[in-house]
Amino acid sequence: MTINPKKLAKQPEHPLDDLIRTERIPHIWCPGCGIGTAFSSCLSAIKATGIPYNKFTMVSGIGCSARGAGYIKLDSFHTTHGRAIPFASGIKMAKPDLKVIVFSGDGDLFAIGGNHFIHAARRNMDLTVICVNNLTYGMTGGQCAATTPNKAKSTTTPLGNPDSPFNLPLLAYAAGASYVARWTILHTRDLTTAINEAIVRKGFSFIEVLSPCPINYGRRNKEKPLDTLRLYQDKTIIKNGADPARADIDFEKGVVIGKFIDIDRSTCDDRYTELHRPCSDD
Amino acid sequence: MKPAVLTGEHYITGDIACAEGAIAAGCLFFGAYPITPATEIAEHMAERLPDIGGTFIQMEDEIAAIASILGAAWTGVKSMTATSGPGFSLMMENLGFGVCTETPCVIVNVQRTGPSTGLPTMTGQGDMMQARWGSHGDYELIALAPSSPQDCFHQTIRAFNLSEKYRVPVLIMSDEIVGHMSEKVVIPEASEIHLVDRPKPTGRKDRFKLYEADPNGVAPMPAIGEGYNIHVTGLTHDERGYPAMNVEAQEAMMTRIKGKIQGNLDDIIETESYRMEDAEIVIVSYGISVRTGLAAVDQAREMGYKAGLLRLVTVWPFPEAMIREIATRVKGFITVEINLGQIHYEVERCSGGKAPAFLVGSAGGKIIHPDKVIACIQEKF
Repeated sequence: MTINPKKLAKQPEHPLDDLIRTERIPHIWCPGCGIGTAFSSCLSAIKATGIPYNKFTMVSGIGCSARGAGYIKLDSFHTTHGRAIPFASGIKMAKPDLKVIVFSGDGDLFAIGGNHFIHAARRNMDLTVICVNNLTYGMTGGQCAATTPNKAKSTTTPLGNPDSPFNLPLLAYAAGASYVARWTILHTRDLTTAINEAIVRKGFSFIEVLSPCPINYGRRNKEKPLDTLRLYQDKTIIKNGADPARADIDFEKGVVIGKFIDIDRSTCDDRYTELHRPCSDD
Repeated sequence: MKPAVLTGEHYITGDIACAEGAIAAGCLFFGAYPITPATEIAEHMAERLPDIGGTFIQMEDEIAAIASILGAAWTGVKSMTATSGPGFSLMMENLGFGVCTETPCVIVNVQRTGPSTGLPTMTGQGDMMQARWGSHGDYELIALAPSSPQDCFHQTIRAFNLSEKYRVPVLIMSDEIVGHMSEKVVIPEASEIHLVDRPKPTGRKDRFKLYEADPNGVAPMPAIGEGYNIHVTGLTHDERGYPAMNVEAQEAMMTRIKGKIQGNLDDIIETESYRMEDAEIVIVSYGISVRTGLAAVDQAREMGYKAGLLRLVTVWPFPEAMIREIATRVKGFITVEINLGQIHYEVERCSGGKAPAFLVGSAGGKIIHPDKVIACIQEKF
């Protein structure tokens, strides 16, 4: 009979360790949560760009997803609730050569921070905004969000949500985003590719990542952890170039995922330089 | 293309002088949302900043405006916003974030009369307690009150210097009259303007701790992109800047945030005295109301009262020790301010019952007439 060693002499290195504040692990995310997968895709995408790490900064607001900024080993900012985008806009406009990534949740970016989102998209602020959408407020225990499906149960809609949720790709497109995509945490390769494209693409890039919250959303809506992943596998329709107006989240009909928008248009900082900066031969 | 420092004599408003003071201080980022009576600062910065390599951005609201200047500050630039009452209220949460993360920046509040929308085009000094306590939790910050356009220029430079030196948001508590009145403003040669830049880290990057303070209580501050891999959070954090959810970390953080201000009061607090040498009646004032106080002192002296004026140039931190000392040797205090009692209560608290403290205030809308101060002197002394 062999005896397993009690502890490995040295933990094997994870390929993303160079981008993680390993001294802050374990993280706060619950078993079955999808944020870690989205976060890991984001790190892989950053690495794949080949851009020096000190050219990146990550900004987040408040919530479970927003804790990502505390685990990434880059200059990172965990700001106030809903205000990651204007904070990031200040960074971008003051130092346009930085790659500024906003990593936050649906509650943070679209309820309390909704106004900032549409204005940054309108200006085509050169940010990469990654929204982990788990359809609820996870950190505060499962309240109704601006993304919670109609009739879904939450602690603040115990009899079902009377309201309709945002269609986030449509909102981003209508407000003026240059790049809009939606993937789930089951589609990690596509998601990583999308984040990579979004970082490289100049302008306001938006990626929605559907992600399960079994503890605070699934539990109240008869959705076990694996059920959510099955929905992501069986009830999603990959359709690049799809009309964002058809991107409502309705798993009975099927949910459109893929890259909706990828266009090249001048950014906020480019136009500011063009319109306001004095010419060199002035 | 105009130079950054417009050396010479100008006839400009307090708002414009404030903007020119910011530019002379090295401000290169301004984010704002229009609001009366502070809009002219934004308009002037929009025109001036691009020429000198700076950036102006009009944000979607005041919450975004202060968020943008906090973000910009971490890229290493000096940044500022300007607003008035309603916008100041919206900025309160992020003001606390600025204090907690020790982010240098300057916030101008050209005060108008409140509460709520109030009298948007008319003066007031009703935001003085909000300036001190408006964001949630305990904290320290610095607030200065200019009383003329020349003073706006000078105090804005001082605000940037203090902000950089102590890594703290500094408030300029101007008001509608100071902001909108035109007077002579003398802008000195650039070489004569003393500027302070935030302390920068010098040691090994792998051993760097974001909030490891120097002996004066202030920690050196790197900028984004310099390779320090900083983490900045509004959660209670340890010396490394990492979230630390415990009482000990909270105490250590608060000790630093309060200590760097309380430990440097002599450098931060500035007051001015007028005919105070033998004064028995001390008029305490700040901002536009200083002019009421000056006129009242002269008038009272002519009437035979030994009156003097103590002008609070720095309002927060409050010059507690000075008021306590003065209280032991005078007949009383009269605080003149365009509100119904804010700094008056601080004077009363610090006088500790040793000298009575009276208020000559108003509900707002206009400068207080010196006659009201004289009437108070005649009634109480």
